[in-house]
Amino acid sequence: MKPAAFDYVRAESIEEALDVLRQEGADAHILAGGQSLVPMLNMRLAKPRIVIDIMHLPGLKRIETGGGMIRVGAAVRQRELERQADLGTQQPLLAAALPWIGHAQTRNRGTVCGSVAHADPSAELPLVLVALGGEIELRSRRRSRRVAAATFFAGMMSTDRKDDELVEAVRFPMARSGAGYAFREIGRRHGDFAIVACAAVVDAQRAQLAVGGVADRPVARQLPLPGDPALEDALDAFAWDLDARDDLHATATYRRQLVRQLGRQTLEEAARCRA
Amino acid sequence: MPRLNAGSLHRVSFTLNGRMVSGQAHARMLLSDFIRHVLGATGTHVGCEHGVCGACTVQIDGVPARSCLALAVQAEGADIRTVEGLAPAPDRLSPLQNAFRENYGLQCGFCTPGILMSLDALLRDRLDATEPEIRDFLSGHLCRCTGYESIVKAALDAAQKLRQERDRA
Repeated sequence: MKPAAFDYVRAESIEEALDVLRQEGADAHILAGGQSLVPMLNMRLAKPRIVIDIMHLPGLKRIETGGGMIRVGAAVRQRELERQADLGTQQPLLAAALPWIGHAQTRNRGTVCGSVAHADPSAELPLVLVALGGEIELRSRRRSRRVAAATFFAGMMSTDRKDDELVEAVRFPMARSGAGYAFREIGRRHGDFAIVACAAVVDAQRAQLAVGGVADRPVARQLPLPGDPALEDALDAFAWDLDARDDLHATATYRRQLVRQLGRQTLEEAARCRA
Repeated sequence: MPRLNAGSLHRVSFTLNGRMVSGQAHARMLLSDFIRHVLGATGTHVGCEHGVCGACTVQIDGVPARSCLALAVQAEGADIRTVEGLAPAPDRLSPLQNAFRENYGLQCGFCTPGILMSLDALLRDRLDATEPEIRDFLSGHLCRCTGYESIVKAALDAAQKLRQERDRA
């Protein structure tokens, strides 16, 4: 349970970090809060030749709001976002989901962008980003680009990020008036990986449910509004389409049932919060 | 741009319980191992080494964190507190430590240093922490002896005594 050997680079500018990424490609891993990467290093599931520490770059430490977005830089820790005043009104879904990420002791170091870049299928932040239709800002020496969350997450711990790209920031759309938001999660214990997590956005016309922990990535779907008799069948179809698998933590049958029940509850709660 | 190559030892310096310390570490060395094996402060225990059990929890710049999920070289210049820093004197326990003693908050003691460092930070922040808040905070720690009841009792007792101390002041 010790990492294999690697070089450690303490980047002093974004350009330096990007240069190393360009030279080393997939042999280099970005180290931010380390709460996903270091377990992978300890278990030797990841064996990079070079680790690039980006936590000393002041340009990445900002939380900015504007243009209807909350922009969170790559060196912002989960706790810092959690403690942001007004987060509950700026984006209630984000405020509701943050306490579910790991434990207080890991949120003290883990970063928002790190969790998104890691792309665990049961992670809360990718789910919220997909539910809200957020974006990921990627930057390399070649270009900067923005990718919609729905296309960024490509599978189990796999994303659209190229080897020379850094997740520079993520952008969460701020709350819309007339929309309600809700987050629910079932795990064996608080802080464990979610067996199923649901994030819902409901307004007068539309209901959107995003589900994590079932498919190989978070998946969002438009569903009938709570109260519509068509919702039950639509949730059932959604549950089957997520292609749940049995694993150590839960059977596929249980996961499908959670999508139906927890999904409906989350949608109903979002509808209630709309007022 | 400092680049610490894998094969060499690198000097790491930080504040440990208020004292400046330094030692040599490879880039891959975990903070937990650096604290124990290089600095010799073995109060911090190592359990799962992937961030689940909480035994290795220390305070990094004032907040509790897993020392097995940080590299020693990342701690350069940081303010680190471990269980050795809790007691005000060699023959005196801190109010939190004393509450653990009086309420049987430990049995084998393996998880205790990590739990103490978490609760110390929680009570510094929120002396009025409720039982559910304490239990939520403890969810980041595994204890296989106590069933947690006596730990929660100890934390509530410590909070009450610290509040009395504060009100007297």
